[in-house]
Order: sequence, then C-alpha cells, then structure tokens
Amino acid sequence: MDITMAIQSSQLAIEQLKNLLREKEELNEVVTTKIEELIVELQGCHPHPIDPAQQIIDGFTYFKFNNFDKNPELYERLAKGQSPKFMVFACSDSRVSPSVILNFQPGEAFVVRNIANIVPAFNQLRYSGVGATIEYAITALKVKNILVIGHSRCGGISRLMSHPEDGSIPFDFIDDWVKIGLPAKTNVMKEYEGYDFKEQCNFCELESVNNSLVNLHTYPYVDREIRNKNLALLGGYYDFVNGEFKLWKYMSVVTKPITIPLKTNDLTI
Amino acid sequence: MAIPSSISDPFASKFLPSSISDPFASSYQPSRISVPVKIEQTQLTTLRRSHCSTLKASMGSPGFTQQLNNNKLETLADVKDDRDDIFNDLKDRFLSFKKNVYMANPEQFENLAKVQVPKFMVIACADSRVCPSSILGFQPGEAFTIRNIANLVPTFESGPSEVNAALEFSVNTLQVENILVIGHSCCGGIRALMGMEDDGNTSFIKSWVTNAKNARVKTKAAASNLDFDGQCSHCEKVSINHSLVNLLTYPWIKEKVEKEELSIHGGYYDFVNCSFEKWTLDYRGTKLEENGRIAIKNKVFWY
Repeated sequence: MDITMAIQSSQLAIEQLKNLLREKEELNEVVTTKIEELIVELQGCHPHPIDPAQQIIDGFTYFKFNNFDKNPELYERLAKGQSPKFMVFACSDSRVSPSVILNFQPGEAFVVRNIANIVPAFNQLRYSGVGATIEYAITALKVKNILVIGHSRCGGISRLMSHPEDGSIPFDFIDDWVKIGLPAKTNVMKEYEGYDFKEQCNFCELESVNNSLVNLHTYPYVDREIRNKNLALLGGYYDFVNGEFKLWKYMSVVTKPITIPLKTNDLTI
Repeated sequence: MAIPSSISDPFASKFLPSSISDPFASSYQPSRISVPVKIEQTQLTTLRRSHCSTLKASMGSPGFTQQLNNNKLETLADVKDDRDDIFNDLKDRFLSFKKNVYMANPEQFENLAKVQVPKFMVIACADSRVCPSSILGFQPGEAFTIRNIANLVPTFESGPSEVNAALEFSVNTLQVENILVIGHSCCGGIRALMGMEDDGNTSFIKSWVTNAKNARVKTKAAASNLDFDGQCSHCEKVSINHSLVNLLTYPWIKEKVEKEELSIHGGYYDFVNCSFEKWTLDYRGTKLEENGRIAIKNKVFWY
C-alpha cells in the first residue's frame, strides 16, 4: 500500500501543478519552466511503475486464496446460480465501487455502473443497455431492493451543471448521456439560485438520485413489483470527502378515491 | 409526497394503511426537492463518546433517532425493528468499510477526494458474482468501471450510449492506460444471446445483446458440434474479443492504441473452477478488415 500511496501522492501533485500551469496564464517564464521541471522530476521518480498484468495476477491470487478457496460451499452454490437481494446503480468513478463501500460479497448485489449513476426513463427505442439490466434484475433475478447511489465530486454531474453555459465544446457522447439528468439540474438552479457552483453540484448529486428513482418507477415491471410490495426503491449518497453515507427511501402514495355524487341538493358548491 | 395531517385535506382518511412504525413517518416534507433523512450527528456521537470513536456516520436507523427524541437512550444493540432490516444491513456494511478501510488509510482517501487517477478502465458484467473489485482486488481509485449485461461494448456507429460516454470520459479526460473487458462463465446475457429467436417478440434484453450478434454468428460457425452449454461458454470468450474489436471503432481509442499510449486487454473469469485468463490485443497483428479477426499476445492463465 505504501508504494501505491506514494505514487498517488506524486500523481496528485502532478495534477495540481498541471492545473496551475493551465489556469495561471500570467506566470512568468522562470516560474513556468520551474513548474515544468518539477512535473518531469515527479513523473520520473516512481519507484516501481505499475505493471497492469502483475497487478491483476496479484489481485486474483489474493482473491483465490483468501476468499474463493476458503468458502467452497458459497462458491459451489453461486456456480449454479445467483439470487442477489439488491440491484445497485452506482457511478463508474473509481472511488465508489459498491462492493468496497458497502462490503457486498459475491452473490449479494447485481451492480450496474455508468457515468453519474443515471437511470433514464422507460423508452423502448433507446437506452436498451439500462433497460436490459432492469428487465433482467426484476423478471429473472427478482431482486427485492434497487439502490441508486450518488456520490460527492461527481464529474458527470459537474459536466451536467456546467455545460452548455460555460461555452465549452460538446463531447461526442458524454453530454448526450448526462443530459438525462436535466430535470435535476433545473430543480437545483431554481431552488438554489445564487449558491456557489460547488454547492449547487452537491445538491444536484442528491437530486439526480431522486430523478433516477422517479425514472425507475416508469418501467412497467418496476411499477408492478412496487404495487405488489415486492420491491423497494432506495436512494443513497456516498460522501467520500467527509466519510459519510446518506440513505433514504423512495415512496409513492396513492390514496383511495373519494366519490363525487352525480346529483346533490346542496347547490352552494 | 402527501402529508397525512391536515383536517381539511379531503384525502386525510383515505390513505392506505401505513405501518405505525414507519421510520420515515415524521419526515414527509412538502418541498419540491425531496430531502433525504439526515440523522442528527450529535445524537449519535453523544452515545458513543465513551468508545472514543471518531466514526462520523451520519446514517443510523431512523427508528433509533426517533427513540432518542423520546429521551430514551438505548444502545444500538437494543433497537430491533424488522422493517428496518435493510437499513440496518446497509448501515452495518458502510460502517464496516468506514472502520476497516476508510479510517485505516486517511491520507490515501484525502488524496482520492481531490482527484482520481485510475490506470484502468474496466468493463464487466453486472452479474453479482463478478465484481472486479472483489475478484481482481482493485482498490478505490484504481479502476474506472462500467458494468452492464454481458460486458458488451457497442460500436462507435451505434450512436450515443452509456458505454461510449464512459469510454469518452475515461480515455480522453482521465487518460487511462489500460482498458480491460472481463467476461465470465454462466453469463445470463450470453445465454440469452445464444438462445434468442427471431419470433418478433422484443425486449430490452434482446435489443441489448443484439450488439454482440456477430459473436453468436462466429460461435455457431466454430462450435456447432458442442451442446448448448458448450456453445455458450465458447460465445462468452468470442464476445469479449468482439468487444475488443468494437473498441477500435472509436477513433480516439484507435489513435491511442496506435501510439502505444493505451493497451486493450480481455479477461475471462471462470467461477466454476476459479480460474482467470487474461490476454492483450496485439494491434500490429490485428487485421480488422478480415472479418474482425484479432491477434492477441501475452496470454496468461491462472488457476
């Protein structure tokens, strides 16, 4: 872990120095040269460059000896089939793996990960990727809970909040995807107008989870299972800056109807 | 969300019966943005001061907080409410991570909070048995991960989707150095692909796995002598290679692979026998024109 930490520290320093070069255009030549030299020095001082193949070998070996071989009954059962209780939507961000932060063991959670943990509304013409996962989780796996987890410092939400107002060139694909979260952005801009951009992003990270939960409900099989009380929709938020986790339930209430009579003697309505 | 309190609310008496011990009963709010229940941190830390615990878990059983409000201090162990099973379960899970991982590596997490610099982009199946963090030991910050049914990568021409949005971000913005597509044994998605019939019925699953229909064609050609299970196993691997080839249809990926700034790998996890195979795409040797035939190198097999 020490090597990884050292490398991460130097990578962080490199990123911050690069940001400095980008943002502070008025730096004079001497300073710019010095910064460039520092970056090169930092890049060169990794004690052992990470060999991807070796990293994967080590990771798999650890898993095999410490987990798989120690739980033969579990893995024999899992080899025959999976019956996870959870379906989880999480962001692709490398810092928010649900298995790590919520300690899900193999077999416990059917996990879908995409940019900004977005769930689009039911649309038979598009988004078959997400649709297929929901269809499979509900009809084949019969999961009992769907949990959508947002997180702090989400790059996807940040992009949603800043584009196109910042005048940047659109991405080929990213913008098309994150714009599914527009209802969340609209709500936040209205409710929290005048707030700091970073704070608005935080609110949007939360609101986007709610937007995704509402969208989940538009899938007919999700609606059916909710009505039959077989399925719960949950929202989550992992704040890795403060080491906190928020958790809430999505609920929809349908009251019984009241009857408005056809005829009434009381004309004072 | 409805508020079951006002006398003049015509629907007041018409609510479907809700459980009295509903943990969220006190937290319905008429705001346009539904605010999550945030458990007051101070109440929890008061209870735990004697343990010198610095766990700042702002999440606790909502029922527990209500009991604190009633001035009855009870320990967490005494609170048992079946309806809060899921909440207690998730709470325990997060606290376990917080104690064993997050608090054990404060400097690492402080750095990660500022920026992520993963070396890998991983595309894996959503299957609950094949989390890349579990089976390959990826730590927080190491792998930008996409998970979908059957770990598929659609082509550039197929238009915007969540997969290529993630590819765009990881390759162009995060500048990962490796893309790893991991397939696995007993994949339900591949099974659906191989068993799919052209009967006019549509479903999301069918529409999605059709992205790999070339893999099915190749499998049926190469492995027609095998039984259905055997064909599915074969297709699982063919589909990985098919996804690797599809990655090269993205111009910015192809460019980086040519310049050797980006490597593309395939991996196959067999959880019946607990083995893992890994191979790397050999760009120089791959002839995309010949029906997408790829050349591979550095093939390794661990068991």
